Parts: sequence; structure tokens; C-alpha cells
Amino acid sequence: MSLDVTALRQQFPILKTQIDGKPLIYLDNAATTQKPQAVIDALVEFYTTCNANVHRGSHHLSDEATRRYEKARTTVARFINANVNEEVIWTSGTTESLNIVAHGLAQKLQSGDEVIITEMEHHANLVTWQQACIKSGASLVVIPISEDGELDLAKFKAALNNRTKLVAFPHVSNALGTINPIKEMTAMAKAAGALVSVDGAQGIAHGGVDVQAIGCDFYSFSGHKLFGPTGIGCLWGRKDVLEDWPIWQTGGEMIADVEYQQTTFGTLPFRLEAGTPNISGAIGMAAAIDWFMGLDQHAIQTHEKALLTRANELAADMQGLRLIGTAKNKVGIMSFLLDGAHPADIGFILDRQGIAIRTGDNCAQPLMKRLNIPGTARASFSIYNTIEEVEAFFRALKKAQTMLA
Amino acid sequence: MQLPSSQDIIDDLAFFDDWEQRYQYIIDLGKALPGLPEEARTADRLVKGCQSQVWLVSRSQNGRLQFDVDSDAIIVQGLLALVLAAYNDKTPRQILDFDIDQYFEALDLERHITPTRGNGLRAIVAKINGLARNAVH
Ligand SMILES: Cc1ncc(COP(=O)(O)O)c(C=O)c1O
Repeated sequence: MSLDVTALRQQFPILKTQIDGKPLIYLDNAATTQKPQAVIDALVEFYTTCNANVHRGSHHLSDEATRRYEKARTTVARFINANVNEEVIWTSGTTESLNIVAHGLAQKLQSGDEVIITEMEHHANLVTWQQACIKSGASLVVIPISEDGELDLAKFKAALNNRTKLVAFPHVSNALGTINPIKEMTAMAKAAGALVSVDGAQGIAHGGVDVQAIGCDFYSFSGHKLFGPTGIGCLWGRKDVLEDWPIWQTGGEMIADVEYQQTTFGTLPFRLEAGTPNISGAIGMAAAIDWFMGLDQHAIQTHEKALLTRANELAADMQGLRLIGTAKNKVGIMSFLLDGAHPADIGFILDRQGIAIRTGDNCAQPLMKRLNIPGTARASFSIYNTIEEVEAFFRALKKAQTMLA
Repeated sequence: MQLPSSQDIIDDLAFFDDWEQRYQYIIDLGKALPGLPEEARTADRLVKGCQSQVWLVSRSQNGRLQFDVDSDAIIVQGLLALVLAAYNDKTPRQILDFDIDQYFEALDLERHITPTRGNGLRAIVAKINGLARNAVH
């Protein structure tokens, strides 16, 4: 069955917005996705009916809040096929998740050790490891990509050795749209005895993430790129790895026994979750997952492919347009340059036509340098975008091209 | 190029009734504004925006401040022309007394000068005002 996009759009109140009298066309989904009414309702309902702090339950509301909050953890665990709930750590988002891993790693690394990343990293999956290496004296090894934006797997394999302590790569590149062969890469890295951390920020929204099948040690993602609220995300880690992973923040909730001169820390998942958590965020994120899983997964994947295919057709027809990132296996992220037009100028003119895209370095300055470009314009599609919107986007782009010529 | 005065620009832009003409006017202003030669676009003159870069060179002549600017984005360059129309060849006192926010509002372009827009325009305005303040003291 094909996706009823009109009905789907009805569930997103923000999509009715007009910008300067023109209907909003939201093509900045890789930055953050919009939220369906079900998620907005879940947040309002939590604060309206059962707001209380969790795990301190000496009263009815606290029990209820705790129940819903832990149920949300179960929802996430099932969504990514975690072995057990304790493997799901609530964080503020991908960035914090990656920091928990990098902070712990820095304590385990020694000079001579190596950490492998790729040329397609978001700053969140680069500065983190870079700083862990600087602190510990380990070396950061960067695996090159091809002009198409695909990882050089031969070089990746060749870089792995017994000094490799951790390998980090994105499931999907936010700047290029490339879907990496993460199972294959994980298998290679595990064979070399390294830990594997996958930046799932862009991978999670496309469904079908199975952390056990991937075989990695860590998988990090944000709720807000998955139709959920901002300020909530998860670190998934294998239980045996997380169990004695260096603690991240200290404070309440994460302890077992506290004395003045020493503390015994709690067990998973709490040992990595200090302080009052983002309770409503967790519940909102679970609502987003429930909502998302209620959709026909096959239909939304077909629809996402159709959007990208139509965009590629129109891009091929447009003179002076250069796609940045043409990997064979891609999600609906289209970075591009127009001859003679700065990305910021394109952004200005599209904005004036009600079209939201991203312009700039895509939080990937070293990648832009590697590709020898100052930045890109980037349109990123989500399941509620329509073929008509993709076509309107290209008409607007042509107008920008004419005006800037 | 002889820059139009800020009042001329307000009058010109008020004359257009659609956004395309207005933006075309700004683009044309940006194209007409001489940029900086490559060697003048040095790191110490760079005002980093998140999406586009802006360079500013200033000097003082007969008690008036003179500015040359450049941007890698043409609309930003056009917006800079609007800024220079207000600030160039003015005394530090005149610069400090000028209400740039009201000016951009009169141009119906205030959205471009909000601090949240990463185009470097706000940073340039702050830098020019800082130079004027130093000159007054
Ligand atoms: C590939 C990638 N990694 C990490 C992040 C950081 O995610 P967040 O800002 O939600 O922590 C992003 C967000 O843009 C991303 O696209």
C-alpha cells in the first residue's frame, strides 16, 4: 500500500505554517524533524496528569511518572532491539551520548593507542575523539572517502591493527547522505579487537536499527531527529561494556551508598544517569517511536526513496548544479552547490519563498575542507514531504539561480 | 561607487512591491559595491558568520570613518552596502547615534540583522560601533 501523505501531514500542526504568505516547505529534516500531534499530546498529558520526579517514589504521582518513564526505556530498547533495558542510557542527545563514550575512553587510552574515525564526521563525532586522544596521547586516524562520498573500505581495513582501541563512524552522513555499510565495518573492527561506536543521529530516523545485528558496542542517537522532543536522546551500549564504563557525571540518582570520603556507585542504567532526568522528554521520545512504528514501514521507505529519486532527476536536469555526495546507498539528504551562487544566497532566496533548507559547513568543517568547498546548501527530506514540494523546491532554486546570475 | 544615502535606499526599497524586485535591488547593490582585493581579505579582518564570511577594513579620514567590506555571499554583500550607506564617511558620533535596527525595520529587512542569523551582519555592526566608540574616547 502506498503512503497517504496528505493524512500523514494532517498530524503535523506546524506544516500548516505560512511564511510571508507562502506555505512552509520544510526541507531541513536532517537538522531536526517536526513533531506529530501524538508527541505534542504526550508532553502535555504528562505535565497535565502525572508530573512528579522519578525513582523517589513515596507517592502515587511519582510511581506513575516512574512507571511511564521506565516504560519509555522499554520502548526504546525494543525499537533498537537491545538485549536488556539497562543497555539504554538516557542522555540529552547524540552529542552527550558520544561524550559519555569519549570521556570514558580517554581514561582507558594510552599513548601509542589509536582511535579510528572517518572523513565524513559531524563535529560531534570528531571533536569528542580528538579531545580524548589529546588527553591520553593516543593518535586519531582518519579514513578517507571517495569523491562520491563513500568510505574507502580497503583503507579502513588496512588501518585496523592491534593498537586500534575504538572505531567511530556515522551510520549515515549528515552532510552527504551516505549510508555506511556498518555491519561489515563493525565486523572488521571487532575482528581487530576494537570497540565500535556508531553515531546514529541520522541513521535512526530511517528505521530498522538492530543493535544486536549490527554487532557494535555503542549506538548513539537523538529524539529530535526521530519526530521526538529536543533535549533527549540515548546511548545504547552493550551491557558488559557499560557495566564498568567510567562514570560520566556524579550526583543524585546514580549512587548506591554515599559517605563523606567515598561513594559506591549504582548499577546500570542509573550509574550513567546523574540527577533528575528529562522525564517528559523520555516519554515524548517513546511517543514518537510508538507513532513512527505505527506507520507502514515499507510504505514510508518507498516514499522516502521516491522523494530522493525525483530530486535526483530534477537535479540532473538543472544546469550548473553540482551534487555533493553521490554515494550509491543514500538517504534523502541532498547537499549541492550552484555555479556562481554562494549557499547562503541560495538559502536567503529559498527562505523568502517559504522553503527551509540548511546552508553552511554542515557541522563538518574538515569534510568541507577535504572536498575543497566552503560549505553547501542542503535539502533533507522526511516522510511528510511530498513530490510536489520537491518540485516546488527546484522551481525556487531556478528562481534563485536566475536572480543571482 | 557612490553609495546611495540611507534615506535614498529606504525610498528605493519602498517603491518595490514584490520581494523579488527588492532582493534583486539588494543583489545589484552587492554587485556594485567594490569588494576587497584578495590580499586584503586577511584573517584579522575576517568577521566569521556561520554561513558566510565578511571582511572589514576601516580607516579614519578628517574625523570621519571610512569602511571597505567584502563578503563571499552576494546578498550579504548587498546588505553590507545598506549598512555602509548608513555608516560610511560619518563621524564616530553620527555612527553611534544612528539607529540601525530602526533603519532595517524601515527597510523591512529586520530579519536579516537579528543576532540569530549567522550571516555576520550583526557582528559587522558591532565592530563598526566599537570602532566609533574607541574614536570618541
Ligand atoms: C551525524 C550527526 N552526528 C551527531 C549529531 C549531533 O546530534 P545532536 O545535536 O542531536 O546531539 C548530528 C546532528 O546534526 C548529526 O547529524
